[in-house]
This record gives sequence, structure tokens and C-alpha cells, in this order.
Amino acid sequence: MSAAPLHMGGERLMLDPSGVLLWPAQGLLAVADLHLEKGSAAAARGRLLPPYDSAATIARLARLIRRHRPARVVALGDSFHDAEGAARLPRAERAQLAALVAATEWHWVLGNHDPAPPAGLGGAAHEALRITPFTFRHEALPGAPAGEICGHHHPRAAIATEARRIARPCFVTDGRRLMLPAFGAYTGGLDVRDPAIAGLFVRRHARAFLLGEARLYSFALAQLGSPAETGADPAPARRAPRASRAS
Amino acid sequence: MPKQDAEPDAALPPAFAGWFAARGWRPFPHQLALLAAARAGRSALLVAPTGAGKTLAGFLPSLVALAADPAPRLHTLYVSPLKALAVDIARNLRAPVEEMGLAIAIETRTGDTPQDRRRRQRERPPHILLTTPESLSVMLSMPDAGAMLAGLACVIVDEIHALAGTKRGDQLALCMARLASLAPASRRVGLSATVAHRAPLLAYLSSTGRADGGDVALIEAPAGAAPDISVLIPAGRMPWSGHMGLMAAPEVFALIAGARTSIVFVNTRAQAELMFQALWRLNEANLPIALHHGSLAVEQRRKVEAAMAEGRLRAVVATSSLDLGIDWGGVDLVIQVGAPKGASRLLQRIGRANHRWNEPSRAVLVPANRFEVLECRAAIGAIADGALDGDAPRPGGLDVLAQHLLGMASAAPFHPDAMFAEVRRAAPYADLSRQDFDDTLRFVADGGYALAAYERYRRLFQDSAGLVHVRNARVARQHRLNIGTIVQEPTLKVRLGAMGPVLGEVEEYFVQGLVPGDTFMFAGQMLRFERLRETFAEASRAPPSAEPKVPVYAGGRLPLTTELALRVRAILAAPQGFADLPGEVQEWLRLQRARSRLPNPRDLLVETFPRGGRWYLLAYCFEGRNAHQTLGMLLTRRMERAGYAPLGFVASDYVLGIWSVRPAFNIAALFSEDLLGDDLEEWMAESSLLRRTFRNVAVIAGLIERHHPGSAEKSRRQVTVNSDLIYDVLRKHEPDHVLLRATRADAARGLTDIGRLAAFLARVKGRIRHMALSRVSPLAVPVLIEIGREQVAAGAAEEALLAAAEADAAALIAEATGPEADLPPLLAAAQGLAPAPAPTPASTPAPAGRRRR
Repeated sequence: MSAAPLHMGGERLMLDPSGVLLWPAQGLLAVADLHLEKGSAAAARGRLLPPYDSAATIARLARLIRRHRPARVVALGDSFHDAEGAARLPRAERAQLAALVAATEWHWVLGNHDPAPPAGLGGAAHEALRITPFTFRHEALPGAPAGEICGHHHPRAAIATEARRIARPCFVTDGRRLMLPAFGAYTGGLDVRDPAIAGLFVRRHARAFLLGEARLYSFALAQLGSPAETGADPAPARRAPRASRAS
Repeated sequence: MPKQDAEPDAALPPAFAGWFAARGWRPFPHQLALLAAARAGRSALLVAPTGAGKTLAGFLPSLVALAADPAPRLHTLYVSPLKALAVDIARNLRAPVEEMGLAIAIETRTGDTPQDRRRRQRERPPHILLTTPESLSVMLSMPDAGAMLAGLACVIVDEIHALAGTKRGDQLALCMARLASLAPASRRVGLSATVAHRAPLLAYLSSTGRADGGDVALIEAPAGAAPDISVLIPAGRMPWSGHMGLMAAPEVFALIAGARTSIVFVNTRAQAELMFQALWRLNEANLPIALHHGSLAVEQRRKVEAAMAEGRLRAVVATSSLDLGIDWGGVDLVIQVGAPKGASRLLQRIGRANHRWNEPSRAVLVPANRFEVLECRAAIGAIADGALDGDAPRPGGLDVLAQHLLGMASAAPFHPDAMFAEVRRAAPYADLSRQDFDDTLRFVADGGYALAAYERYRRLFQDSAGLVHVRNARVARQHRLNIGTIVQEPTLKVRLGAMGPVLGEVEEYFVQGLVPGDTFMFAGQMLRFERLRETFAEASRAPPSAEPKVPVYAGGRLPLTTELALRVRAILAAPQGFADLPGEVQEWLRLQRARSRLPNPRDLLVETFPRGGRWYLLAYCFEGRNAHQTLGMLLTRRMERAGYAPLGFVASDYVLGIWSVRPAFNIAALFSEDLLGDDLEEWMAESSLLRRTFRNVAVIAGLIERHHPGSAEKSRRQVTVNSDLIYDVLRKHEPDHVLLRATRADAARGLTDIGRLAAFLARVKGRIRHMALSRVSPLAVPVLIEIGREQVAAGAAEEALLAAAEADAAALIAEATGPEADLPPLLAAAQGLAPAPAPTPASTPAPAGRRRR
């Protein structure tokens, strides 16, 4: 897996195809929207999803931490799916997470799903974390000064390839703001063309970096919405007129 | 009804005999046979062609019984696969009841029935209730179901051939088993069109769940007059491909103008929209021609149906939404545009014309391309030979069972042993193992995971007497919202303006592909997409556009049946018969013989050729689309290992086509029998087919919620969980979970056709005729134009596709923005982002010779 460099605010950041952000100069790893215990939250509402999401998410994160050995970890909010999520975390997963937190300088940025810091897990909690030149915040603040790094929206982009449309979680940036994809095992995504996301970026400069197995795939946001190239199965819609021309 | 030529029948009570006589009719023998079966307390299966008084036959015993004893109770439950049919039958049934002055209350109950009337129906039910499988399931999940249904005497299942063998049929079978427990004396009547296999339907109706139960009388009406079917070859060149058949619009219009009332059947909703537009462009005479398909707003469909019933229309362009039942006496012509796909289905459609069984129905088939000419020919042959197609029975789905069990617990506590016995009396579950039953019940209770994590979220609990209870009323309420086995793609409503009428629904992904200002065709109108607001796609009327988009619906196309595929192959293998075919088709086949060869039933013809920078491999297997899709998945995997870099495949009913970066050699090795070896399981599990199947299973079983259009995008994103993510987690942690078993079972019988594939590979061993061509062969052309819905599954190929798309996009930017020095800083940075390390095979960018579509 190869991370890709991104220059922002005079700093060199690395976007990792796993969906985490690395800031080598600070030995920092940032991860957004873990949504731990989303499965049990659904179960409480009567949807008995497989109860393995927290284990899967923590195991993936642990592997990345072992590999990149960050000095600091910033969890960009919505680390737990709801306020009781931390309390529901099964014992083994809780121990594993606590060990990760204890081993590094761990920062919980608070999100809308987890407005209070998780009890008994350690780490520092912040509404927003400032490490010059960046501000780490859960949800982007419209009009925030350049250098905002955020999560919350679960960005996802779909690309029309020559065979079919392929959708992947993605990073989004316009050079002023960087939005991370959601990391949690059960987290879905919101299309980057949605005004909620697109409206946060200067369209002319905005790019999406789709997560791949071993690398990222980069596209200008302006290229994603062209009408001729969208639709999961675009050809039938266009075949019709062709058939009529054949008459 | 035959004209009266004898005394009023003694088998009928005087009021009924008088009613028949007053109309100059007398009852059909099969109507009387049903009456006799009812008097003997037996269930019955009536197999009859359209127009043979099937519906009245089904209801006659109930009407007779209710005329004698009109005490208030729900006497007869009628279940139809279509809401519209239930409504229509109620209307038709009220006429004789009123004319005979009988005090029999007839009502419908469907998803459209208002809440207060449903409540009233539970308190004071009508004598006869007409409903659908879904509404029946909801009714049976109510705590008062027992009281409402205890006096039930008869269950009538209409169009039973269209239900049995489907998941809706599984659901209905379970409901009927329940009804038999609530009202042990009730009998069942099945009404069926002419079908290939009777035994499965007899089993379906039997209270034992088995064909040899002996409690169901088989009653067959005499066959009607043979239909008069012709094939219309439109003027001009016969297209190579395409399924729309629009070039035939002038001929179709002329047929409409020459008939009293026509139904123009097409195969997809998109085709219906386009054909409707094409006909109206020609319609200077302003003939009343309407449009009917399943995505139109209900009110719109009802309006069209009413206009048709009143004889105010000259034609309606329709999809399978009008395949079944509704009786329109005035229709004298059925036009089928596009291939019929199955003999039984065609016969059913043809039966819509001329609802008098002793007069021939008139139908015209309009093939849309050359292959379809052969297919129409094959279908006519099959109907003439009485060679109907139909699927063999298959075991009921565990997902449907899960839904049913939660419904049963919602109604009343049950004992698992008794419930197991009851479920096994439903034919699809006659051979259900106790293990599968217990696992399904456990799934409903707590998710059925090895990790006992959800004790406090259990939906079911067992009391000390062993009875299973639903945890609380909220679980039951939530369940009722999830009842049903039809899983739809997420849709959005299309509305004219911000406040205007709703025209119908289109699939969400279609709208996602629109930008404001795009024109699209829907509900017979040219529309301009304005904006997406909440769950509405707002549109305005637009002037005709050169290239409007047409919404396409997933799963809109039916696969060709085995019977017809075999017949098409037989036609191809008999050049002496080509003289009967249209000139162009003859020419096409002649060219194929000259440039390559014609497929025959003995060998497997495989063609390879280069085209547009790709290499193509076409295998003329004739094993049906499902088997071809499986074969496509397996072959592409093998080709990937061999380094051919396959990019995708397309499976039609006749042919499998695969395209790759590099040419495939050693074709015989590709098709060797060990193809079905050990990595089949793994490959299947990774495929998008299985993912889609899993999504359906998970929705039906109640693991994930249906798409609720009421919730805004953001909250939906937070609430719903992508089924792919669940599938991956479940496969990793509980590969033998009951829902994965249900998924694999569904895929194995429907979507993958493994058994047929194994037989095929054994048969073609040593019989592969490989033609290495320098260019596309005539027979391959239609297939290449065909759109592949099933592509190479996730994995390296998807990465390669993304890399190619990225390189394309970068080139586009370079083109649009000129020299790199002019780029904004970020773009320069982004381009510096291109693969830094040495590329691994999976990240190999753009295969040589990228092309745009």
C-alpha cells in the first residue's frame, strides 16, 4: 500500500489508501468516523446486524498504527456511533482500543454522534484541535480559514469507467480544506456531488482521491458529474435514441 | 359462457340457474366440477385457458354457499398477485351478486386500503375478501387474526402459476399453512393458466404440502381455440441489435388503427416509454393510446385501466404490469414488440386478446433484432407444439421463513415444534430440515451469531412452557412495515414542479446521473430535470429533445427460457429451414457460415477476434443467461490467472462474450471441466451477483431496513448500513450463517445454474470448435452491442478500471487546461500524486490502448 503526498498549508501530508491521513513531520495519524458499535446501535432498534464491526474496525486501525508507528493519533469524531457506544464496547475490543490509546498521544475530536469523550479510555478530548497550520475538526465549518481537516460527511465518489460505474470512499480537498473518508466497518457514504459536501469546496480546485487496494485514484470534482458519464448502467439510457436513429 | 342449449343445470340452486338462463348462458362443465368438489369438501386446481370463466368458476361454490347461509363471517379469501386484479375481480363479482339480489358483502384489502377500513374489516369482515399475499401476511401478523379467520371456508388463489415457485409464492404458502391451522375445515381453490407442470401446483394447494396428498381435485377446462400468431418484419433494415423495436412503430401504429382495441406489450419500462412516444409521433389521427407500467403513479394506472375497461382506448402500451388477469372483453389484438422470452408468458399475453375461449386470439410478434426473429419463430413453434416452459419446483427461501416466523410471533406465541410441523405443511417447505428451521428461528430471535452479543436486543423470547413470544409491540409494529418479498431498488418520486402532481417513481441512481437541465422521458412525457428536493425529483415539461434519457430499471429484463433457447439453436442448426426466414436474416446467417461457422447442438462454437484494442472471446453455449453468467465469472477468473487481463463479460441467453487486454490462447484448457473446482465457492462469494442476492435476502429476512424514502439523505446515511459491508463482515466471521446459506441457495438455483453448467462442460469436452477470426463475426454483432449487466467482479480488474479512468481524466484536464505551468497549484500537486512507487500488478495503470466507451 502506498500513501500519496498532498501539499497543503506548506506541509506535506500523506493520504493513505486505507483512508487514514498521515502527517510525517508531526508523526501524526488522523482517522475519521470510526462509528464503533454501530452494529449494536442498530440491534437496539431491532436490526440484528453481525456484532463484529467494532472488532473489525479496531483491528484494521491497530494494523495501521503498527505499520506507521505514529506518535500522535487524532480520531476526527464520531468515533462511537452514539453516546453509549463506548459503554457497549465488548471487553476484548475495549482493552485493545485502550492499549492503542495508551501507546500514543491520543486525541478524541468530538463529533455529533459522540459529543462527550469516551469514559475510561484515556486520551485528550477536543471540540477542535489546533496544530499549526491545521485545525482538526469533526464537521467542516463553512467559511473556516484554510487548513481545516475534517470528517463527518463520509465522502464517497463514483467514477464512470469504461466497463461500469465504480463507487469508493474518498478524500476530498481543494487545497484549503481536507475531508477524510469514514473508516468504520459499517459506515456508508455520501456522494461528493451532494451540495452538503460539494458546497464546502472551491469547485475549480476540488479533487477527490478514491481509495484503492494499493493506491489512490485522483479525479477533479468537476469531472465527476458530467451527465454523459454517470449512471450505474449508462448505456441503456443512451441506446434508446440510437435504436430510433436506426429506424 | 356457452349459449343455452339445455335445461338449467340441476346442480345449481334456482337463483343461480335462473341467472344463467336469463343471460342465455349455461355453466361450463368445469364450473360445475368445482361446485361438486366443494360439496365433497375437496380442494381443487382449475387449469383453464383465458376466457373460460375461470374466476366465476372459482367463486361459484362460495356464492352458492353464502346465498344459502349469509351469516356474517369471513367465508372466502381470494388472493391475487396483483392489487389491480383484486380490485377488478371485486367489481366483476359484484355484478352477478347484485343481479341475483344476494346479500353478500365483497371487499378488497390491499396496500392501498385506508387504515380505518382495514380496522373495520378486522372487526366486521365481509363475506368475501380480495387481497394480495403481502396484505394477507400483514393480516396474519395481527393478534386478532385468529378471530377474524376462524370461520374461513375457502381460499382462492388466482394466477397460482405466477406465484408458485417465487418468493411471494413461498410467503403465500406459509400463510396458507397458517390459515389451515386457524380454520382446519377450509378448502383451497387454485386458478391457473395452462402450465407445463401440474404436480407442483397440486402440491402447492394440498394441505399436506405434497403432490400425492390426494386432497386436491385436478379440473381441466378444454383448451380454447388455437391462437392466430404472426410475425411482423418491419420495413427497412432489420437491426443487428437493440430490444426496443422502435423502427417498427409505423407498422405497429397501422395495426392499432386497423383493430378495435390493442394491447402493445413490451418487455421493459424504458421500452414502453419509447414506444409510446414513437406511436404518438405518428398519431396524427389522435387515436386514444395510453401507457401503463409499474413505475407510474397508482392513480395514473387506475385511470388507464378504467378507460380500457370502458372501451375508451384504442391501444395501451404496457409491460408485464398488464400480463395477468384483468378482463377486457374489447381487446381484439395483442402486439408483442421485442422477443417474447418464453412460450408460456407469450401465451398468457396473447390470452389478453379476445376473452372468449372458443374464438382464436389474434397476436402479432414484432422482433426488434435479428436474434429476436429466430426467437419469435421458436416461440410460435413451441406454442403450436404445446411445449410450454416452466421452472421445476424449488425449496422455499429461509429469508421468507424468517419473515414469516416473526409475523407469527407478532400475532400470538407459538411452540417451535408445532410451528415446524405447520411450516412443513407448506409445499415449498415440505422438506425443510429441523436444523434450518431452528437456525432461522434463532436468527429471528437474536441474529443467530456465534457471539452471543445481542441478548438484550432479542426480538423473540421463550417462556417456561417453551412458547415463543415477540419481545414487545414495537418489534411487531416494525415487522409489519417490513412485510413483503419484493425488494426494490431505491426510488425517488418524480414530481411536476415544486407542488405539482407526482408522475411516478424512478430509481435513485438514474436521478443521480441527471444534472439540472437534462431532459428525460417518463410517464409518456418529455421532462426537464430541475432539482432534487428531499425525496422528490422535480421536473418541468420540456420540448422534444434529440437525446432524452430514459429511466432504466434494474431487473427489468426477463431471461429466455430453456425451451426457447434450445429451439433457437435447433433453427440455427438446420440451414434447410432458413428459406422461411426474412431475407436479411438469411443473409446474416449465410454470412456467418461463410466467415465463421454456425453453432450446432453437438459442438461448442468459440470465436476469438480483436476489436478496438481489446480481444473478444465469444462462446455460443445456449445454456441460458444464468448459466452463462456463472461461466463468465469462472472463465474471467481463469483468464485473469492466465494473464489475459479480462475486462468484463456479457451474458445473453445464447452467448457468453468476454473482452480482455490480451488474446486468449488454448481455448480448450479454458473450458476444461475442473473449471468448477475449488475456487468456485470463493469466486461466487466475491461476485456482485451474490452481493445483490444477499441484499435481497437480508431485506426480506429483516436484517436491514428497506429504503425508506421518507428519511432525508443525511439521516438515512447514518441509519442504514450498506448490505455489502454486512456481507463482508458476515462472510469473514460467520461463513455458515443462515442468511449466507439462504443467499447461496438462492444463487445456486436461480442465478448461477451450477448443475446445468457442469453438464455442459462435460458435454463439450473435446468438442470445442475454436474459430480465430480477424474481425467480429456476423453472429457476434448483436452480442457485442448488448449491454453486460454482470461485469468482472471486484478485485484487480476494478482497480485497473479505476486506473484507466484516472488516466483518462488526467488527459482530459491536460487537454482542457493547456500546459502544466498554467495549472492551479493544487492540480500540480495532485498530478505529483500519480503512483509514486513501482506499480504492483493490481495497480498497473491503464492497459495499452485505452478507449473511451
